[in-house]
Amino acid sequence: MATADTPINAPGQTPHQILAAGMRWRPIEIVFWLAALLPFVVAPDYLVLASQIAITALFALSLDLILGYAGIVSLGHAAFFGGGAYTAGIIAKAGWGEPLSGLLIAAIVAGIFGYASSFIIARFRHLTLIMMTLGLGLLLHEAANSAGWLTGGSDGLQGVRMWPLLGTFSFDLWGKVAYTYSLVVLFLLFLVARRLINSPFGLALRGIRENPTRMPAIGAPNNAHIRKIYTIAAAMAGAAGALLAQTTETVSLESLGFQRSAEILVMLVLGGAGRLYGGLIGALIFMVARDQFSGINPQYWYFWIGILLVVVVMFLPNGVLGGLSRLTSLWRSRS
Amino acid sequence: MRASHLLLAGIAATALGLTPVLAQESVKIGVIMTYSGQFADAATQMDNGIKLYMKQHGDTVAGKKIEIIRKDTGGPAPDVAKRLAQELVVRDKVDILAGFVLTPNAMAASDVSDQAKKFMVIMNAATAIITTKSNYSTRVSQTLPQVTETLGKWAATKGGVTKAYSMVSDYGPGHDAQGGFERAFKAAGGEIVGAVRMPVANPDFSAFVQRAKDLNPQSIFTFVPGGAQPAALGKAFAERGVNPKTIKIFGTGEVTDDAALKNMGDAALDIITAWHYDHNHDSKLNKDFVAAYKKDFGGDNPNFFALGGYDGMHLIYETLKKTGGKADGDSLIAAAKGLKWESPRGPVSIDPETRDIIQTIYIRRVEKVGGELKNVEFDKIENVKDPVKEAMKK
Repeated sequence: MATADTPINAPGQTPHQILAAGMRWRPIEIVFWLAALLPFVVAPDYLVLASQIAITALFALSLDLILGYAGIVSLGHAAFFGGGAYTAGIIAKAGWGEPLSGLLIAAIVAGIFGYASSFIIARFRHLTLIMMTLGLGLLLHEAANSAGWLTGGSDGLQGVRMWPLLGTFSFDLWGKVAYTYSLVVLFLLFLVARRLINSPFGLALRGIRENPTRMPAIGAPNNAHIRKIYTIAAAMAGAAGALLAQTTETVSLESLGFQRSAEILVMLVLGGAGRLYGGLIGALIFMVARDQFSGINPQYWYFWIGILLVVVVMFLPNGVLGGLSRLTSLWRSRS
Repeated sequence: MRASHLLLAGIAATALGLTPVLAQESVKIGVIMTYSGQFADAATQMDNGIKLYMKQHGDTVAGKKIEIIRKDTGGPAPDVAKRLAQELVVRDKVDILAGFVLTPNAMAASDVSDQAKKFMVIMNAATAIITTKSNYSTRVSQTLPQVTETLGKWAATKGGVTKAYSMVSDYGPGHDAQGGFERAFKAAGGEIVGAVRMPVANPDFSAFVQRAKDLNPQSIFTFVPGGAQPAALGKAFAERGVNPKTIKIFGTGEVTDDAALKNMGDAALDIITAWHYDHNHDSKLNKDFVAAYKKDFGGDNPNFFALGGYDGMHLIYETLKKTGGKADGDSLIAAAKGLKWESPRGPVSIDPETRDIIQTIYIRRVEKVGGELKNVEFDKIENVKDPVKEAMKK
């Protein structure tokens, strides 16, 4: 997964060459996606967990688009995740349990939320921005709590019933359908993200991240770019939330909560922000570690998670993928 | 020589590995609780209750060994609870699902219980409708309306008040508590003179209390989540000069639990609460239970969470005895229906129609006994069913 961030000022390469290089499929990427199919064969008992890892990975990927590429630090990204989850849940509760259209509507609704808030987001940076995203997230959480007639309040949304996927595959206890569904959606949206990042638009985003004052000077409309990527990321997070709502048939206030925003940030940092696979790897490591640690000790497992995070941040400041790519470049320069 | 040694060792290892399986069949119980996070205290108490029961009654019932598998949801997280329930059923092959401190988690796991036909024992979560979500679930704790409706009726008929002001936290259980109290209070001829809903995470109640005091109501009904809030509310009552002797204060058991009483001090005196269990309940069974609990778990008093775990295990043991060790959902739920037993809280039974608990609700007043603040029971209402499901029947 050594999709190291393509350097912006690679000497002797035109921007088009850089972007084309980014779009080329590396063998390791193909291995990664083939490995994602392994749980069906190797660990059929773990498919439910696998489906939730895929969903979390999609959520992390959506955060990576705004944080890793456009440099927007958000502590309220769960607002879109939860918005999507509630939309999908409420549609299903109202009697329309078809998953694919529900997913699409949820993504669109979250995207609209994202577009509306992007006007505020684009005006601020740094600490102010963190506070803004945090505040927006908390507001939505409180709104969902007080709108108990719609959301079920702190008891969670009840009565969500999904129809079988494509009219034939109903969601089973083993999670086969849930994982297949989540993985396919993750892969498709990953392709979208990959295309976006390796486009001139993606390059402009990285420019904004590196130097937001210089970009307007070369004629790039910062605010328009930020609004665009923020809307896309919101829609993607909404799709992740909808997947969780549909595969578990539950939605709770926690899906909007600060904890979820913070955890997804941690996962992204763990995996490596600003790398396409960073969120995916981070979600995988975090969720598997959590499952294993909490299985061993249901009371004090957070201690081990804490240790893991401290170690990663101390020794791999650019996340697991950052560390790996440093290792490979060391290896190459030596040989 | 060496090869044969290896072979022997191999056989021995295989035999060892197989022994537990061959020796005895087991019944697996998957316990899903909030072992970590802000509700960890509740889960600890409940888990202690489970441990205590198993210590006292052994880990074998009807020839089957009881095996507990513990899973943590880390707070209200229905998606995690549902996944854990699925994994417990699919991967660990549990026969029974148990635990559940919080309503959303219990609701989510109910789906799995219903789909997989697994017996499910709810040891705390108190929203009325949970047990309607699975035909295989039962509850040994309480429902919130069971407590608040009983209190509402009692306040209007025996409590000596006709007017009440309601102050509850602005979230699901708060709304339910208010609804239950109001319904029963009005039905018994009382009048609600005003109501306020307060933010859930609220450190200061003085403004709300002042508003209530300005109306000079005969009584105040209050519901706030357990933890730090009851103490803050009690302090606000004392500071604003609301004297529980002149303006009666009614609440649920959380308002005056041990920790809250310690923080409130004398401000808590004369607050009247309705609840199903207190460690001061006067019966031999309860005294033994409290003594055993204190001995094993560092001198802490058991609360209703611990009791939920203890009674939940009792229910599981008794149903297994009745089915002769058969652990499928249909047999167990059939055995649970109508089951009666003497709990440390008093006589309880499982309603054969709703699979919910029927029990005595005690009316208690905070008094100083031997220099210590205690919830003293002075009235009780026996055989209380969950009023919400009773109303649904009609």
